[in-house]
Amino acid sequence: MLMERVDPRTRIAAAVVFSGVIAAAQQPATAGIALLAAAAATPCTRLTSRQVLKRLLPVNVFALLLIVALSWADHVSPIAARHPEASDHTGLGLALMITAKANAIVLWVVVFLGTMDLITLGHALRHLHVPDKLTHLLLFTVRYLDVLHGEYLRLRTSMKLRGFQPRLSTHTYRTLGYLVGMLLVRSLDRSERILAAMKCRGFRGRFYLLDHFTFSRRDLGFLLVACAVLCLLAIGEAS
Amino acid sequence: MSDPLIWLDQVHFQYAPDRAVLSDCSLRVHAGDRIGLTGAVGSGKTSLLRLVVGLVRPTAGRVEVFGRTRTRESDFHEVRRRIGFLFQDADDQLFCPTVAEDVAFGPLNLGLPRDEVRQLVTQTLADLGLAGYEDRVTYQLSGGEKRLVALAGVLAMRPEVLLLDEPTAELDGVAAGRVLDILSTLPHAMVVVSHDSSHLARIAHRRVQLDQGRVISV
Repeated sequence: MLMERVDPRTRIAAAVVFSGVIAAAQQPATAGIALLAAAAATPCTRLTSRQVLKRLLPVNVFALLLIVALSWADHVSPIAARHPEASDHTGLGLALMITAKANAIVLWVVVFLGTMDLITLGHALRHLHVPDKLTHLLLFTVRYLDVLHGEYLRLRTSMKLRGFQPRLSTHTYRTLGYLVGMLLVRSLDRSERILAAMKCRGFRGRFYLLDHFTFSRRDLGFLLVACAVLCLLAIGEAS
Repeated sequence: MSDPLIWLDQVHFQYAPDRAVLSDCSLRVHAGDRIGLTGAVGSGKTSLLRLVVGLVRPTAGRVEVFGRTRTRESDFHEVRRRIGFLFQDADDQLFCPTVAEDVAFGPLNLGLPRDEVRQLVTQTLADLGLAGYEDRVTYQLSGGEKRLVALAGVLAMRPEVLLLDEPTAELDGVAAGRVLDILSTLPHAMVVVSHDSSHLARIAHRRVQLDQGRVISV
């Protein structure tokens, strides 16, 4: 599909810009346009509408709580009076605005990044000069989550085989504490072995990337469309 | 006889003051040697290999590699470039998300240009019967595949000597056979640690055993 062929770096940049702009929007019209445009853009990815809705579910559960809580307030004053007009918001209006903005942001992020695998994401972040420590944290997590999970399952099985059943008791809490502690110790051990293995292959504190992304004409087209949507949002904000 | 590539000269090593692992331990590895190293669990086989590449330091004795005595961390940079170390658990070694990146990790550290590295990766994978594995995700590989990819990562650095720590551990018969087939065709001088004497018989020319901290011939 279309979105998967766009340079990952461009997609990340677009996701960041869109999220920022939508979060800062003050007008209901902007939030509405952002939401509609995002919905219109979902066919550009290879996600089915069911998958998209599933990803929107957690946001809306949270938003529902917000709506319920804020409908009791008929007048919401901002903490700082920098935006006097904001004090006009009724609680329900504000909650609906937040819901629309949150849905729009999540939907845009899903459109831009929803089909990007974590490994590509990590690499693209490194190309965007996100600090090495953060991207390595992401990439190492992706790589070792599975190994850690395997270790957790092995420990958990061996506990079960010796008759452990979680109950509301100090014994249960202590045992679970041991389990977590043991996982931490094992991870530390493993991290030391990994570092040793890396040193054996000439690692001296610097990572080098093998792959390079290329910026193509298609990306330019993508940027033009993205700018057009941003203009629409600006019009909504000015209305 | 030519000078040894690796010479552990009366080396002592201990993890804790009262727990000596190696004491007065000596081993020489010459060009073309293929040494099988056996010994009980905890007898110090892995420690011996780790001493050679400077991951741990002896408390007494001398480590000489490629004709020079090695004592400081900086002495071992060259050693690690010229000696390939295959770890017991391939998961420790394969830390990059994709196969190509993992195999490229060593050569990139050596400062080789990217085009050459890419070629080296393709060539090394093809040599091990792993052509087309470049974009596979490392944690989704089977045990045998992981082992071979880890070996590819080591071989891509074009080492002169190989240290193999239990290369067939936790592999089923077929996977172990495939690893052994490949190892037996490699021209490198090597030290292979293994519990399995039938496996060692297929790769090693000479057999030594670690017993009470010393290397003895079998």
